[in-house]
Order: sequence, then C-alpha cells, then structure tokens
Amino acid sequence: MDPILTKYVREPNSFTLDFYLQHAGYDALKLALTKKPDEIIEMVKASGLRGRGGAGFPTGMKWQFVDKKIEPRYIACNADESEPGTFKDHLLMERNPHLLIEGCAIGCYAIGAKVAYIYIRGEFIHVQHVLERAIDEAYARGFLGKNILGSGFDCDVYVHRGAGAYEAGEETALLESLEGKRAQPRNKPPFPALVGLYNKPTAVNNVETLCNVPLIVSKGPEWYAALGPEKNGGPKLYCVSGHVKRPGVYEASMKITLRELIEGHAGGVRDGHTLKAVIPGGSSVPILLPDQLDTQASFDGIQKAGSLLGSAAIVVLDETTCMVWLAENLLHFYRHESCGKCTPCREGTDWLHQILHRIERGEGQMQDIDLLQSVAGNIAGKTLCAFGDAAATPVLTTLKHFRHEYEAHVKEGKCTLPAPWRARHPVGAH
Amino acid sequence: MSFHPKMAYGATFHKSSRALEDEGPAFVYTPENRARFDEIVKRYPPDRRRSAVLPALYLAQYQQGYITANAIRHVAELLGITRADVEDVVSFYTMFYTRPMGTFVLQVCRTLSCAINGAECVTEALVEKLGITPGETDPTGTFTLLEVECLGACDRAPVVMVNDAWHESLKPEDAGTLIDDLRARGDAALSGCHHVVERKS
Ligand SMILES: Cc1cc2nc3c(=O)[nH]c(=O)nc-3n(C[C@H](O)[C@H](O)[C@H](O)COP(=O)(O)O)c2cc1C
Ligand code: SF4
Ligand code: FES
Repeated sequence: MDPILTKYVREPNSFTLDFYLQHAGYDALKLALTKKPDEIIEMVKASGLRGRGGAGFPTGMKWQFVDKKIEPRYIACNADESEPGTFKDHLLMERNPHLLIEGCAIGCYAIGAKVAYIYIRGEFIHVQHVLERAIDEAYARGFLGKNILGSGFDCDVYVHRGAGAYEAGEETALLESLEGKRAQPRNKPPFPALVGLYNKPTAVNNVETLCNVPLIVSKGPEWYAALGPEKNGGPKLYCVSGHVKRPGVYEASMKITLRELIEGHAGGVRDGHTLKAVIPGGSSVPILLPDQLDTQASFDGIQKAGSLLGSAAIVVLDETTCMVWLAENLLHFYRHESCGKCTPCREGTDWLHQILHRIERGEGQMQDIDLLQSVAGNIAGKTLCAFGDAAATPVLTTLKHFRHEYEAHVKEGKCTLPAPWRARHPVGAH
Repeated sequence: MSFHPKMAYGATFHKSSRALEDEGPAFVYTPENRARFDEIVKRYPPDRRRSAVLPALYLAQYQQGYITANAIRHVAELLGITRADVEDVVSFYTMFYTRPMGTFVLQVCRTLSCAINGAECVTEALVEKLGITPGETDPTGTFTLLEVECLGACDRAPVVMVNDAWHESLKPEDAGTLIDDLRARGDAALSGCHHVVERKS
C-alpha cells in the first residue's frame, strides 16, 4: 500500500495550507458539511476505524455514545504521545497539520461540538508552533471559526500544552489536566462520552485517529475498510525503533507482517547481530519472540499472538540486550510516571524498580525473582487505570520468556550481558 | 504495615517528597505576557479559567526562568484559584522548574530506544565533560544536566533536548563537541527535529 496519511511528509512545504489545498485539502470537510452529522458517524462506523491511541476501540461507536442531548460537547484530541517507542503523531502534526485540523472539524461537526482542544505534550513545542500556524491559516481562510464555508457550522480548535506527564495521555487524566489539575485519572464509568471535559459529553480521540476521518469521508467507508484485513481497515502508521538499520515511521496496511516491517521497511537488525525480541506496541505490551515475526501487524493479529498492537511502537531488540536491564529501564520509566493516585501502582512501581536494580547489579537473591512476580502480580488488575497493568507487563513478560537471565544474574553476582552500548558507570540508575 | 508484607513504604523515592518553592522576588507578568495571558484565558469557558493554569505557568517560567512562590501567587490571583491549587500543579508536572536552571538545560532521553542506542554513554560523556551529575547545574550556571523519559523521537536515538530545541542522533563521542558548540554558537549548534532537517536536505 502506498502511503496516504504520510504521502507528502517529505515535501518541503507539506505543512502549509496552500500545499494542502493543492492536494485536495479540506475537500472532505466541504463534503461533510453537506451531509447530516449522523451520516458522518454512520460512515465512520461502517469504515471500522479503530482508535490509534492504544486501545483500538471503534471510533464510530465512541462518537455515537456521545450524549447528544447535552450542550456543549467537546472533542479532546490526544496528542500527548508519550508511550515509549511512539513517534507517529509527532510526524503527522509537524508535517501534515491541516489533516489533523480537518479531522478535528469534521469530528466536531459529527458529534455536534463547537470546540476541539488538542492536548499536546509539552516537549513538542516545535510541533506546537507548526500546528498553531496552521490553525491561524485555517481561520484566515474560513475553514475554522464562525459559519464555516457558509454552512452555519461554528468550530474552534485550540492547542493546549501539557507539561511533562505520561499519565496525561490516559483519557480521563487528560481531561483533568485540561481542566487545570493534576493529570490523575477519574473513575470510569461514567465514560467521557457522557461526562467528560467540564462534565460535558466529550470524545477523546488520538491524533492519528482523527487524521483518518477526512479519508473516510472523501473516499468512502468501503474503500477505507478494504485497505486492511477485516475489522482492521485503513492505513496504519508504525513506529519502528531500536536495533534496526532504518528506524522510522512506516505507513502500511494492517495486512503487513512484523517481518515485512522490521526486515523490509526498517532494514532488519544491524549487520552481525541477531534478533532477540520484539516489543510490538509500546513499552507496556508483552514481548514477542523471533519465531513470531510472521504475525500480522494488525490489532487482532498481534492480540492472537499474545501481545497488543497498542500505539504500534515496534521496538526491536538484538542479542546484546539484557532482559533484566530492559525491565529495569522500563520500570524506571513507570516509577517516574506513576501519577500516585493508587497505592499498588505508586508504591509497587518503586518496589519493582528497587528489586530489578539490585538483581541487575548482581546483588539480588533467588527469592527476589519470586518477589518480583508477587509484587507485579499485585499491581496488575488492581489499579484505577491501565497504567498499572502496563507497568507490571515488562516484569511479567521478561520473567515468562527470560527467567534464566534473572537466575544467571543472581548466580553470577553480576550482569551477565553487559552490552557495549551501556555506560561503564551508569549514573542515572539510583 | 505496608501494602505488601515484605516491602517498606517510601524507601528511596516518593512523589510527596518533592520540595516546595522559593519565595523569590516580587512577581507580576510583563505587559506582553499579561496580554498573552488574557488572550489564552479566552480559549476556555468563562467559568473555567483554571484550565489556563499550565499556559499561565509557562509564561511565568519563560519570564523568570523558574517558578517561585510569588509567581504562583500571581497566577492564582489571575485565575481566581488558591495558591495550593497552583502549587499542586507545579509539583506534579516535571517541566516546571522550582529552582534556577542553567542557561542551557540539557535533557537526555534515557528510555529504552535511546538507551539501547547509547544514551547512557551520552550521559556519561556529558558528566565527564561538565563535571556534574544529572540534576545538577555547573558552577558557571551555563549547563544543567537532566535525564528524562521518552521524548517521542525514538527513530533518531539518542535524543537530547536543549531548552525547547532538539538535538537528535547524538553519538557519545560527539557529546563533548556539542557542549563546546553550544558555548560558542548557542541553539544554532543543534540539529533540530529531523522532520525539518530532512526537508532541508
Ligand atoms: C497510561 C496511559 C497512557 C496513554 N497515553 C496515550 C497517549 O499518549 N496518546 C494517546 O493517543 N492515547 C494514550 N492512551 C490511550 C487513551 O487513554 C485513549 O484510549 C485514547 O486517547 C483514545 O483515543 P483513540 O480511541 O483515538 O485511540 C493512554 C492510555 C493509558 C492508560
Ligand atoms: S494505575 Fe498508576 S497511573 Fe493509573 S491512576 Fe493508579 S497510580 Fe495513577
Ligand atoms: S526512547 Fe528516547 S525518544 Fe523515545
């Protein structure tokens, strides 16, 4: 499949309105405004579009659930992009910002919202500048603002800058943050579609998800669905990073396999090295092994193989990677990012990191390995948001597949696989 | 007893252990920042001014370099919320600084994709070059070194942010040169975000 969402990202002016208009930009919005809002929702439902932020929930259904009896309603676009290994929304917003703006406008029209807030992670300040310039252009030419294209439909899009909190990507934490509070999740239910931003019905949609909407409107849901396998329609952006020759964002149909992505697009592992493991959907999903490379890289394909597509962040690991070190590295992340609202996650991530740190340094004991399993098992499924499960996963999945590496660390009293890319005296580990 | 029988609470690190802010000098927005603030507040419903707390704090931080108790008081008054409400936010989000930072804040990504491409060695090289450890500022007040989590550009690992600008694919052996370059040329020494770099080539 040829790239669609990222077709023009290497063109010098791809982010300008003029360029976008020369390539059929905002045609989908024009078309959408001639239809009824419900028709748009039906189209998105028929297309089978599934959320690209992590959970893969059908977008059309989410929009249908938005309570249409209550005013005002909102769209909150999730541009927090903080799942380790993920960098696709970064590319879309920086090189194709008008596609997102068009998606926001159509989304607002469909659910009857007048305002969309794009919640962007604080570090993406250069992206925010591009996006804000694009929004100004869209206002100036009447694609946003009052009475858009003479249709009577009003829509404002604002960028809201986060300030360094992974947890702000969780949809209800995002809403809290947007309301000016700590990014700590709310209890669900009620879901944001009923009680969201300012307690009003809200659709929280990922950047890539909204970028697919103009396509569905202009080319039709059947065309869109046929791009991928059943229930996994449309184009998908994959973020391939780690030990590959050509890391990058690759757009493909979800018919593609992990092997085609890793060995084809990304050029395979570096010369002289062998593949050890693949994390297919960001730091919070189970590891897949080299013999599973022929798995279809779709939501359903990866799930069947025992993992999750998540945010399609494919991290490739070669034989130099110590799996105890890997778990420690990721638990450092989770310990740091836990929002602190529930005890199992707040304390448990710290504990897991402590234990992993001593095993990795060769100071662990055999019973520490069982302790890891026990602490991780006491986080998973016992927390307010999915972060808890995510944090337990790197420990549980490495224990499942690489327990022998943990045991070797304890037996030999040192890291048994000190990689050349590691520092001689790592300073960050504390 | 703690939640897990074999593990004690708060042995090494705890969110609640974060320190409160300095009082700092008297603080009000400059007229430009005040105008910008008034503009930003309009994006949110009139009874939801609190939503502007993050942008309001950014304005204060850009104006003064870091957030002080006086800045917090100013923001709280403008938004019509309590000082504690603002303090709560400042202490939660890692991008707000509550102490003076160096002219260049170097933030090295330490998460998986960067780490397996040499980020640890980059940090090590910077530590050697600057004579400070992560979290510290050098005696001249020029550089602050921080380790941060995934920055969302893992295809160009290792990634370093310098203030608001980016430097990607930094090899450990080039880390020292980057410091010299930053001293000599400032932000111009940085490679920027690769999407823009590729556009140039
Ligand atoms: C801990 C955590 C972090 C998340 N981070 C993000 C994120 O950075 N970006 C994102 O789009 N979704 C993220 N999500 C998923 C969102 O909660 C939500 O499912 C998504 O924004 C919905 O949009 P979608 O249906 O378009 O995928 C995260 C979820 C959790 C539990
Ligand atoms: S699971 Fe962790 S991140 Fe989620 S609400 Fe609980 S403490 Fe916060
Ligand atoms: S791991 Fe460093 S940018 Fe993602």
